[in-house]
Amino acid sequence: MGLTSNENVSALEPAVTKQTATITEASPIRHTSYQVPDNPLVVIAPTKSWVALNLGDLLTYRELLYFLIWRDVKVRYKQTALGAAWAIIQPLFTMLIFTLFFGRLAGISSEGIPYPIFAYAGLLPWTFFSNAISNGSSSLIGDSRLITKVYFPRMVIPIAAVGAGLVDFVIAFIILVGLMAYYGIGLSLNILMLPVLVLLLTLLATGVAMWMSALNLKYRDVRYALPFLIQLWMFASPIIYPASLVPERWKWALALNPLTGIIEGFRASLLGYRNFDWKTLTISAVITLIILIYSAYTFRRMEKGFADIV
Amino acid sequence: MKPIIKIQNLSKRYRLGGNGGARYATLRESLSGMMHAPLAILGRKGRASRPELWALKDINLEIMPGEVIGIIGSNGAGKSTLLKVISRVTEPTEGRVELYGRIGSLLEVGTGFHPELTGRENVYLNGAILGMKKEEIERKFNDIVRFAEVERFLDTPIKRYSSGMYVRLAFAVAAHLEPDVLLVDEVLSVGDMAFQKKCLQKISQMRSHSNAILIVSHNMIAVRAICEKVILLSQGQLAAAGRADEIVPLYEKLMLENVKTETVADEREEGMGIIRVKSVRLVNRAGTEARAFDTGESMKVVVEYEARQRAVSVVAYAAIRRPDGFICMGTSTRLEGVVLPPLEGPGVVELEISELLVIPGYYIMDVTFYDENFEFRTYFLGRKQISFQINSSLPSLDDKYGVFYQKHKWNIDDVNVNSPAHR
Repeated sequence: MGLTSNENVSALEPAVTKQTATITEASPIRHTSYQVPDNPLVVIAPTKSWVALNLGDLLTYRELLYFLIWRDVKVRYKQTALGAAWAIIQPLFTMLIFTLFFGRLAGISSEGIPYPIFAYAGLLPWTFFSNAISNGSSSLIGDSRLITKVYFPRMVIPIAAVGAGLVDFVIAFIILVGLMAYYGIGLSLNILMLPVLVLLLTLLATGVAMWMSALNLKYRDVRYALPFLIQLWMFASPIIYPASLVPERWKWALALNPLTGIIEGFRASLLGYRNFDWKTLTISAVITLIILIYSAYTFRRMEKGFADIV
Repeated sequence: MKPIIKIQNLSKRYRLGGNGGARYATLRESLSGMMHAPLAILGRKGRASRPELWALKDINLEIMPGEVIGIIGSNGAGKSTLLKVISRVTEPTEGRVELYGRIGSLLEVGTGFHPELTGRENVYLNGAILGMKKEEIERKFNDIVRFAEVERFLDTPIKRYSSGMYVRLAFAVAAHLEPDVLLVDEVLSVGDMAFQKKCLQKISQMRSHSNAILIVSHNMIAVRAICEKVILLSQGQLAAAGRADEIVPLYEKLMLENVKTETVADEREEGMGIIRVKSVRLVNRAGTEARAFDTGESMKVVVEYEARQRAVSVVAYAAIRRPDGFICMGTSTRLEGVVLPPLEGPGVVELEISELLVIPGYYIMDVTFYDENFEFRTYFLGRKQISFQINSSLPSLDDKYGVFYQKHKWNIDDVNVNSPAHR
């Protein structure tokens, strides 16, 4: 534009400092109580190829995480006529349908447990998991206005979507308690493992949701592929059938699905009718952690471009 | 004195979509790209060949505590990108920024507001999003509500709020951030005059809390009023910096030259994209498309749009703006009681102006679609601006001749003299 040649105007940097000096003299009344620290609080620079996970940042923004979970839960229950009842309706009716088709008509084994409770104990973690990854994967797009306007660790968004699902999970538990009372199934010591299993399941859902949400932002195909993948994943997990139904030589393939150990673990923990399959559970835990770490790094790597592609 | 923000050699590059303007890559494209040119991806040639845009180029700047700085420049000069980099929304490509204080950004009013939640709930949510602690929001809650004047509607979902209440509440939350550095983007242009005045007052007040303020604005009157220092960006570069009364006139001159030379290129599109303004055509008396009109001539504004999803309660707005942003004339369907049907798919809206009575110069036709339930400009659905020129046989008129050139007549004794433009 040829502006720099204009004599009246102080061009570029040196002039800026000169100008600053005059301004300070011109307005001596300005009270600046702020003591500029010696070291910068934040340095903004392009990230190198290897990114740090920066989990401390996540801790700083834990209140935002709490508010986003709270928002998701509130909005969902406000917008629906049946509200919290949906948390129960979905697994309950799926259980009834499964009981009719798979339990009665197809006569799938349920390892001596009444089929309804067998199915429900698997559907409980599954419903949470599938909702968490489908809500989680669309969460970044849903909050794209936030991404382009305010800074915070972007991971908070998919994590909040998963966290909000935990509330439904707890509500859906009520039905399980009712079913257990109805069928007279008491608690065993196995129940002590339940918190560990819930944690594993949440970590797995978080890992998948984070990964999918970042991919979804870049490749909108994910939105179409995911429902299909979720359906496949359900049949590949021992939800309507027990893992024992799978022929011995295919057991290893089932064990590679991290949900196998977790869902079988849920049944063993809640219904107490058999011992834990520690080997499968360990494999599931290891795969869960690998997925979580991988997707956290992938997310971090893609994160810097979010505001530009959304 | 030490600076509170230190910007060194800051550059930001955007890669423009090379595939026919498609914004989102699809897996298929990425995969087929890999099939067709596997080596290109390995050698990164595929990426490098895409057109680039340097939104910021080699910016060096030091901002001292207590400074109120206006950032001005034409559209696409990099103003908003600069604020986005400083607020860490987007990452720079080169260079670095050192922040010696807490940053609060006001890049949009009401970020994260959810229509289903009540006013009270949104204050907490919005506060948390802007970086306030729960305890801090609780402490300031009453002040926020009082400032917004929404006490009676605190437990009403904000979807039932009037647009004025909505913006007041949103601004109130943001105004109670007490950062060391406040970044403000075009907030001054939100709402009606009374509200703008209130915002300006609040920003002046915020100086006492905030140790430096950076304001991006097209409103030169506001910039002159509140900024001592102004930074002029041009094509991503720092073109000039200095006192407001030196830089603002320079910018206005530059804008006029720009409009002159880039009449055809100066078209831009923005908004949420729910309604895409495909084209804005200015048609003259003879029925042909034109970019130059005579004073007193008629103009037909033909707007072709496409509603990407069904949009109800849409208002179409059109305004003749001066390059400095001043609105010479504005009108909307809502103002005149014209009700648009729910929009879906492509369509055309026309506005006929029977006589263009603005003084000769360069102008911008601003066409905006917005939802009548939301405040204009905060949530517009789609928008396009196009520049044009008004000519007249009169010698060039400076600002003492005002904005309009009305039909008029001088009567001196018995001699009638018609105004030349309307003869």
